Amino acid sequence: MREKKIVKKVFYHLFVLLFGFVMIYPVLWMISGSFKDNGEILRGTLSLIPQSSKISNYNTGWKGFGGTTFATFFKNSLFVTTIATFGTVISSSLVAYSFSRIKFKGRKLWFTFMLATMMLPGQVIMIPQYLIYYRFGLVPGYVPLILPYFCGQAFFIYQMMQFMQGIPRELDEAAKIDGCSKYGIYSKIILPLLKPAIVTTIIIQFYWKWDDYMGPLLYLSRPQSYTASIAIKLFADSTSVTDYGAMFAMSTLSLIPVFLIFLFFNKYLVEGIGTSGLKG
Amino acid sequence: MGDKTKTKADSLSMLINNDNVVGHIFAAPFIFGFICFSFIPICMSLYYAFTDYSLGNKVAVFVGLKNFLMLFKDEVFLKSISKTLQYVLIAVPLKLTFALLVAFLLTRKSRMVTFYRSLYYVPSLVGGSVAVALVWKQLFARKGLFNSVLMDLGLKKINWFGSEALAIYPLILMAVWQFGSSMIIFAAGLKEIPTTYYEASEIDGANGFQRFFKITLPCLSPIILYNLVMQTISAFMTFTQAFIITGGGPNNSTMLYALNVYNQAFKYNNMGYACAMSWVMLIVMSLITLVIFRTSKFWVFSESEG
Repeated sequence: MREKKIVKKVFYHLFVLLFGFVMIYPVLWMISGSFKDNGEILRGTLSLIPQSSKISNYNTGWKGFGGTTFATFFKNSLFVTTIATFGTVISSSLVAYSFSRIKFKGRKLWFTFMLATMMLPGQVIMIPQYLIYYRFGLVPGYVPLILPYFCGQAFFIYQMMQFMQGIPRELDEAAKIDGCSKYGIYSKIILPLLKPAIVTTIIIQFYWKWDDYMGPLLYLSRPQSYTASIAIKLFADSTSVTDYGAMFAMSTLSLIPVFLIFLFFNKYLVEGIGTSGLKG
Repeated sequence: MGDKTKTKADSLSMLINNDNVVGHIFAAPFIFGFICFSFIPICMSLYYAFTDYSLGNKVAVFVGLKNFLMLFKDEVFLKSISKTLQYVLIAVPLKLTFALLVAFLLTRKSRMVTFYRSLYYVPSLVGGSVAVALVWKQLFARKGLFNSVLMDLGLKKINWFGSEALAIYPLILMAVWQFGSSMIIFAAGLKEIPTTYYEASEIDGANGFQRFFKITLPCLSPIILYNLVMQTISAFMTFTQAFIITGGGPNNSTMLYALNVYNQAFKYNNMGYACAMSWVMLIVMSLITLVIFRTSKFWVFSESEG
């Protein structure tokens, strides 16, 4: 009986591991592809161990296009992502505070609008948004990629509101008696206690922004201003033969920040998705 | 004199500490953003849908229902609707089933489970990126990995992206592959089911299948509804994968709706026409969401009723 249990256990772990390996195989294949030469990649071999081990893929890939290197592309990505993420955290926490802690006229109305924007497909407003930015002379440029993130993001506002429900109102009351204004309560009590929700927001928004393709595709036109996601696609667009090795090398580099954050903040991410999803 | 400035300062501080004022100050980013980036664009989009506007035109000429009437004669549009529906109807149920099964598989009490969950989350983590879309394209290429596996198994090669009937399947598979977020939400839901339910059923002699269908599924049904709605909406908006992997081809057989809207607006500069298209999309999506919610009362189990 006991032996049967152990066999079952071993079988379970083997199965889950093997299946997990199949799931991440494409990602591993990309990483190994970054060390293969074109011929080997195009032959479509299953093997993850490169025969050629061409580290030079990283050098050729890094050179980029028309004199603009990937140093620039990654710097641009980082710039847009960092500022947009910062904006999301600040603005979303402000708005979440107003919706969950302050009784003001019109609160219900704005809250309903916020829920509506959560369900609204982005493509419906994509075109007129573009036309507005265009009219203000902001296309091409970074402003359209950043500005909206300083206006609160519905998904994160909602998530932060859920979190604020768990912060005892007695704390607000006590601070009020001590002479703290609403502004003080926000900055001295709510914001510090909101930390876990803020970390989740930073991680998720970082991912979304770092991977974002459509935004940069619409709003950036000079190669010097391209983000990494646009630049990587250029490998596949070139009129001559695509250099797959270099493309996979830069793709691998572009995923490193994503993996690093995932490794260190895994817990926050999993909890964030679990709770915000559950209560939605 | 001193008194006067004091009362002035007092009334100012009264004003900025009034709940109505404070509330609006804190909500200001959203109010500004909503008006500028949602409300005005929605109105503009509705207006342009009835015009022939294109970028560079000084004026938009009002054309009435012409755009909408043209849509129903536009073969690419009709094809994109049916292909998008095919994509959503296959990808979303498969993805949710898969997510639920994996979440169920990973409910065991074991220290490894956290690690496994992270492992299975990796595809969702990177799946939205251009990098992985390009890998996917290569995996399904004529001489790609999938075909060499098929050859090794003694089967015939498949020209995935050359076939109108098959080209959509690599895209569907990619959507299903990114089941991570739904899985984590399901896993969180599974944890909430009281163990007493299972214990009671065990005493009554229920087997694993019965427990899954009589306890797990009904208890999870509100979460299934949530995932279903969210995944349906996001599947309708899939753009990057189609844009990069197939570009809509061959012969528009992977022309997902969002890609078609993008092409009309930014490739052919038919802004008015594209706005009309996005409104049709909004209406179709609202209808589908409404149907899901309406039917949910037949299959979503809520504790207050039970």
